[in-house]
Amino acid sequence: MRGVAFVWQFGEVLLAIALAPLFSGWIAQCRAWMQNRTAPPLTQPYRMLRKLFHKDAVLAENASRLFRTAPYVLFGTMVLAAAIIPSVVTDLPFAHAADAIALIGLFATARVFQALAAMDVGTAFGTLGARREMMIGFLAEPAILMVFFNAFLLFGTTALTGMVDNYATHPSAIDPSVVFAAIAFVMVLLAENARIPIDNPTTHLELTMIHEAMVLEYSARHLALIEWASSLKLFNYACIGIALFLPWGIAIHGATVGAVLIALVTLVVKLALCGAMLALIESVSAKLRIFRAPEFMAMAFLIAVLGLLVHLLLGGNTGA
Amino acid sequence: MNTHLGANFLNSILSHPLASTLLIVASWPVIAIACLLRPHSIRYVARFLFPVGAVLCVGMFLLAGGFLIGGHAPEVMTLPLGLPDLPFHLRLDALSAFFLMILGLSGAGISTFAAGYFRSGEGTAHGLLGLHYHVFLASMAVVMLADDAYLFMVAWETMALASYFLVTSQHRLPEIRRAGFLYLLMAHLGAVCILLSFGVMQGGSWQFTLDAMRSASLTPFWATAAFTLALLGFGAKAGLVPMHVWLPEAHPAAPSPVSAMMSGLMLKTAIYGLLRITFDLLHVQSWRWGVVVLTLGIFSALYGAVFAAVQTDMKRLLAYSSIENIGLIFTGIGLSILFAASNMRLYAALALAAALIHALNHSLFKSLLFLATGSVLHATRHRSLGKLGGLIRPMPWVAGLALIGTLAIAGLPPLNGFVSEWLLLQSFLYTPQLPHAFINMLIPLGAAALALTVALAAYVMVKFYGVIFLGQPRETLLSEAHDANWLERIGLAWLAAGCVAIGVQPQLALHAAGKTTGMLLGQTIASDPSVWRIAPIAPEQASYSGWVFLAVILCVVGVTFLAVRLIAHGRMRRTPAWDCGYPWQTSRMQDTAEGFGQPIRHMFGAFFWMERDLPSASDLTPRYRVYIEDRFWRALYKPIAAAVQRLADAVSFLQGGRLAFYLLYSFLTLLGLLVFVL
Amino acid sequence: MLRSHLDVQLLNLLAACMLLISFAMLSTRRTQQLITLFAWQGAILFLSTSLVAHEAGLTELYFSAALTLILKVITLPLILHTLIKRLGAQWDNERLVNIPITMLVGLVLVIFAFGLAQPISLLATTVTRHTIGIALAVILLSFLMMITRRKAVTQVIGFLAMENGLFLAATSATYGMPMVIELGIALDLLVAVFILGIFFFQIREQFDSLDLHHLESLREE
Repeated sequence: MRGVAFVWQFGEVLLAIALAPLFSGWIAQCRAWMQNRTAPPLTQPYRMLRKLFHKDAVLAENASRLFRTAPYVLFGTMVLAAAIIPSVVTDLPFAHAADAIALIGLFATARVFQALAAMDVGTAFGTLGARREMMIGFLAEPAILMVFFNAFLLFGTTALTGMVDNYATHPSAIDPSVVFAAIAFVMVLLAENARIPIDNPTTHLELTMIHEAMVLEYSARHLALIEWASSLKLFNYACIGIALFLPWGIAIHGATVGAVLIALVTLVVKLALCGAMLALIESVSAKLRIFRAPEFMAMAFLIAVLGLLVHLLLGGNTGA
Repeated sequence: MNTHLGANFLNSILSHPLASTLLIVASWPVIAIACLLRPHSIRYVARFLFPVGAVLCVGMFLLAGGFLIGGHAPEVMTLPLGLPDLPFHLRLDALSAFFLMILGLSGAGISTFAAGYFRSGEGTAHGLLGLHYHVFLASMAVVMLADDAYLFMVAWETMALASYFLVTSQHRLPEIRRAGFLYLLMAHLGAVCILLSFGVMQGGSWQFTLDAMRSASLTPFWATAAFTLALLGFGAKAGLVPMHVWLPEAHPAAPSPVSAMMSGLMLKTAIYGLLRITFDLLHVQSWRWGVVVLTLGIFSALYGAVFAAVQTDMKRLLAYSSIENIGLIFTGIGLSILFAASNMRLYAALALAAALIHALNHSLFKSLLFLATGSVLHATRHRSLGKLGGLIRPMPWVAGLALIGTLAIAGLPPLNGFVSEWLLLQSFLYTPQLPHAFINMLIPLGAAALALTVALAAYVMVKFYGVIFLGQPRETLLSEAHDANWLERIGLAWLAAGCVAIGVQPQLALHAAGKTTGMLLGQTIASDPSVWRIAPIAPEQASYSGWVFLAVILCVVGVTFLAVRLIAHGRMRRTPAWDCGYPWQTSRMQDTAEGFGQPIRHMFGAFFWMERDLPSASDLTPRYRVYIEDRFWRALYKPIAAAVQRLADAVSFLQGGRLAFYLLYSFLTLLGLLVFVL
Repeated sequence: MLRSHLDVQLLNLLAACMLLISFAMLSTRRTQQLITLFAWQGAILFLSTSLVAHEAGLTELYFSAALTLILKVITLPLILHTLIKRLGAQWDNERLVNIPITMLVGLVLVIFAFGLAQPISLLATTVTRHTIGIALAVILLSFLMMITRRKAVTQVIGFLAMENGLFLAATSATYGMPMVIELGIALDLLVAVFILGIFFFQIREQFDSLDLHHLESLREE
């Protein structure tokens, strides 16, 4: 393992931490443009984080140690995920610590900790949010697993870095299973990151909340860490999608500094496009009733399985 | 001089593993009998004899583990006990050693906890409990060592009987007696099936040693018959749907250490039996067996998870969760049979290793959780989830260790539950390569069902931990609950440490499982010999490193904590909870156990038989009641029981009560025999 | 006759989209959306047939494609749209079985169709032989749609979608059917839709609703 690989690794992690709030800000701006409003400036999330960090933390009287440690654990898991996903280079030492399925497990850890923290204070909304979040979680798991199953059949590996390396050396054109897997992945991304049509991130009505209901009791630095972790989660999901379906430009094994810079620029462009697309989807969809969410996830699962079956049927004729 | 003796002693133990194992197994009944000497003294039975048993368990674990990892050849021994021409045959090989390792590892933690658990004035005398407990342990070990059908059945029945007495230790309560009866009934039905299976497998040679069965060649029909009987018999003991009905009754009825033993160890003996018969004796003949086991496994897993989500009694919830985990193990076994019979031995070894490691993991985290509920029960006297809550403050030790168990059972990295689930999902990835037509398209859907079950298990465990330990106390007396005593803490910590160790360093467990698959399938897993990660098939395809997960997360948590304190500050204030400004924040406002399970009840309603009483808008005292029952109980067991009852009633005319008739029966039988013989 | 790899990939992609549309038709709640999806299905069929005609160099397939465009993309959807507007049945589409279960059954049907079609694909000699499985799946899914719906209009659309699937199967296995048969089927479809339209008005007059379970009361008692 080359020493410079560690440099890329830390650089990528720091880049993810730094860019994640900007990504959320960009999506908010695109949404505002599409809805004919003026948006807050792109740096607004950073100002929000700074404001939160300097406030005094106000905790409920019966909040336990678990409640106070959960935000840190959440942030830690999301940073680990950022270290594993190849957004700029594939020559990452930590990427061998987890393949795509282990990544699903990592996101599950974050979800469980957040749900437990929500149940800690013992209010009605906290437990409501925990229950709904866990429900969305277990509905999304089969769908995302089938997406990675598809990817395994296409690329022969479940390690994300391996997938990017494979794709770069054997580009497969318009394989229907790739298209289906992409559609299913976008649907799962919307569900897992609490976006419309599953959950409205800007709602103020507690009974319609899923993700927001879990963080109602948090304030100051804890809330800042949780918000940062959420935007980092969205960033990570976007990077997984880019690595799976749009990997052109990522600096593959044995890259030079020039290739890394090109990869950086292409990453920013791709993220901008993805953000705009997400904002578009959010603007044209309506939020679903909570018990229509299983149908949405069933549709995502179905599309992923169809991709799998079509790949098995059409087999190696497409030369992928 | 002393070290010389010590080294000699160690040498002789290591060179005669079977004899040493037998020595440990024989000492447990000795302890059992010793318990009878002063049955009512807690200090003697609980504080002295149980810890001795625990130390012996640790010895068993080290011995079996050393035998397994050292890769010794199988050892056999014949004891001159038993019937005149059916002496006891014993055998220690990789499969037995793996399960003996599980027995020793979890048994140590459970025995230590039990040493601190038993208090005075509860039902049966402690000496009797100690007797049954150690006989139970010994019989389970003998089941794993048995090399002929006769010893196997003797040990199996002893296991069932000892556990029956343990389940009914509070026999004054009628529902406990009922649960015990159901348990014994199902155990015996299973034993009959296993006996018949052995009978079919001897294949005409009338030799009941397992060696003879190994070399007997059966026609496909008889092999399938033997397999089906074995599946029914061992499935009934393991709790496979639809033979699972005794599990949710017997586990809550027993005292917590006994529930832990049954869930953590006894269910594994059934897995051992099935593996022994399918892989070793019947040589995995048909891929259709694999499909059957796989389907039953996935269905059981989903069934157990869905039912666990709607339970209101904490031990019943854990019992259904055991059904779910057993389903996962059977899924792995089914996949393994499917791959092996289709000549894909490497993937078969992967699936089998996943099943074996899951058996090991389950014994650790399920025992941990059952023991934790035992502490909660002792502290609060409540079993119902509707009366618990907020116990993280008065019982920090139990809550912390139970958290590790909860995270492990939910299959979260970097703990051990994730390792076996990851391996199982990895083995599903290779199913499209199967040569059979429709199967290779249907089985990938099984992977999705598996992912759903695993995520559902996480849901259930969040409910379990959240309702018991977090939130506000639902009864005012809960704040006076006391934490576990030091012996209980050691037991819980031992099991929790096992969970963390296997999660962070799964290489050793994978190596041990590889030895077992090597014996059964002739193929070990090509594990990447790296300390930092496991890569069962090839490092380019998939790898996982528990160390990195734990280290990076802890590092980032530490760095963030320090950074926040340096850049900003660490000030904090306490106020009443915000709750969006609602003025009333009683404990009734938070979710109940039924409430938390409502989405599952809504979505998977077809699985349940439900009765609901809903209040109307004009009720002055609105009451909501939901009663959920197992569909199999109504549809399968009740009709069968009714039919048996009718048959018994029809035949009962033979029991007229008059002496003359009974003498007449004997007389007629004698006449018949004379005619027959002469 | 393989012009390029790209063409085969494009054909496979179009076939896969047809399958996706069949599933979308199975799960949609609004009748208007259903008709739009049917129109899209026809459009994909048109593109696919044109591509095969271009690939294999058969001019009569161009005529088939044109017929498909006129009939299935323009005429029939127009007729159906006016029909439901006059019946007032644009929205709410009830079903007998709920959506997740319908999806699962649909999935099993797809697997069944794919498994059956594999030996057939080995025998055929066309460029698109692997899409026979998809065509069979489309037929089965349309049949499922007819079974699990309550309103009469959706059953007609299911019938029409089934015919789409048959057309796809014919194109993939044997480069289309003889022209006479095609014209005959097209005429049959038009007439069927007219007659069924008349029937719907009758049903609505009799029962005041298009819900088919009212027809059950027409038994001998």
